[in-house]
Amino acid sequence: MSSRPELQAPPEIFYDDTEARKYTSSSRIIEIQAKLSERALELLALPDDGVPRLLLDIGCGSGLSGETLSENGHQWIGLDISQSMLDVALEREVEGDLLLSDMGQGLPLRTGVIDGAISISAIQWLCNADKSSHEPRLRLKAFFGSLYRCLARGAKAAFQVYPENVAQRELILSSAMRAGFAGGVVIDYPHSSKMRKEFVVLTCGPPSISSSVPQGKGQDGESCSDDESSGDEEDQTVCISDRHRPRKKQKVTKKGRTRQWILKRKEKGRRKGNVVPRDTKYTGRKRKARF
Amino acid sequence: MKLLTHNMLTSTVKGVVNGFPLRIEVEKTLEKQVDFSADFLRNLFYKVDWKALVEAAQTMGYAELPEEAPDSTVLESEDFLKKFHYALLELHLEEGNLVCPETGRKFPVTKGIPNMLLHEDEV
Ligand SMILES: C[S@@+](CC[C@H](N)C(=O)[O-])C[C@H]1O[C@@H](n2cnc3c(N)ncnc32)[C@H](O)[C@@H]1O
Repeated sequence: MSSRPELQAPPEIFYDDTEARKYTSSSRIIEIQAKLSERALELLALPDDGVPRLLLDIGCGSGLSGETLSENGHQWIGLDISQSMLDVALEREVEGDLLLSDMGQGLPLRTGVIDGAISISAIQWLCNADKSSHEPRLRLKAFFGSLYRCLARGAKAAFQVYPENVAQRELILSSAMRAGFAGGVVIDYPHSSKMRKEFVVLTCGPPSISSSVPQGKGQDGESCSDDESSGDEEDQTVCISDRHRPRKKQKVTKKGRTRQWILKRKEKGRRKGNVVPRDTKYTGRKRKARF
Repeated sequence: MKLLTHNMLTSTVKGVVNGFPLRIEVEKTLEKQVDFSADFLRNLFYKVDWKALVEAAQTMGYAELPEEAPDSTVLESEDFLKKFHYALLELHLEEGNLVCPETGRKFPVTKGIPNMLLHEDEV
């Protein structure tokens, strides 16, 4: 596609039956979305205790992103404004529950019940005014306000976004901060035009030392895009983490992949008729460091 | 729609003060098998609005949950966890409506998906 989908039509029109099917049958897209979702899940920094959580997938589309959550054992609720995308998600029998909902109207969820939220390639849609009644600032406010309320204290949100320009990124971030979130932007592979990906990572909760004294902002005020900051978990400031190393090497633990979980997954595969290695005493064992 | 989702959903129609819980009108229910995780249930137990879950399950024809909010010792009971799991994750509303408790506005559920889109004058 030559131009940004966001500029062509409102999402519920752009993602019609044809586009929804096309989107979900591209193996390239499937692979990219899965990788982005893995990374977003990693950025949620859930406790490493193997306990499945209740997560949100905002702009879940046909379920490509949510599937990663299921594979990691979590329960999720996905919401999307496109009926066609949700229809494809139904066809693909995703395990998450689906809602037809417009995030710009606010999330229809109770206070403090969600353990984390991801959103993959969707939030930038909020920056457009698709109807005369749409005011992006107000829609972002409604969205982030409701997100802040429904997340449990200390829970995080990790959104992979494609802002059209710096102004959009700032608009998204400032709306999040105004709703009470602490956080910033994490950029993976900032020096590669192809692999560069941007994540807004937010933490919900009362101001703590780490969130009330933003690091790296310094005198020049604005985001520290020149700062080769570490991306440290404690570091809640607007910062850029430079990820030169390939992702695979950085990944040490796979959360939630206990032996029990793997056995279940394998059993499921067998039921579907897939060729699955037999279960042995080695299944799901931790590998020695030398691997 | 799982009752887990129902237990988290609220009506956000303009002017509504307490949009929870949404009343369920059942046209069709389904059972879907979901992997059992005691850890998930133990964690979620504290977030569930018990009364809303019991009523929702009853509306869907399942009356095995204790009426009174149990204390956390039940989380050691296999029998309780199984029922909790079933009500929360396996019992699905396939067709019907969710009704806002304050305004009576109906959110239709089609093919298991609640339509929570608001009209412009409801935002
Ligand atoms: C590029 S797709 C990504 C879908 C899915 N997250 C994935 O990774 O495959 C963007 C999705 O955002 C949804 N979307 C756009 N604006 C939305 C809004 N205001 N509320 C809910 N969903 C929206 C679109 O309908 C579309 O399904």
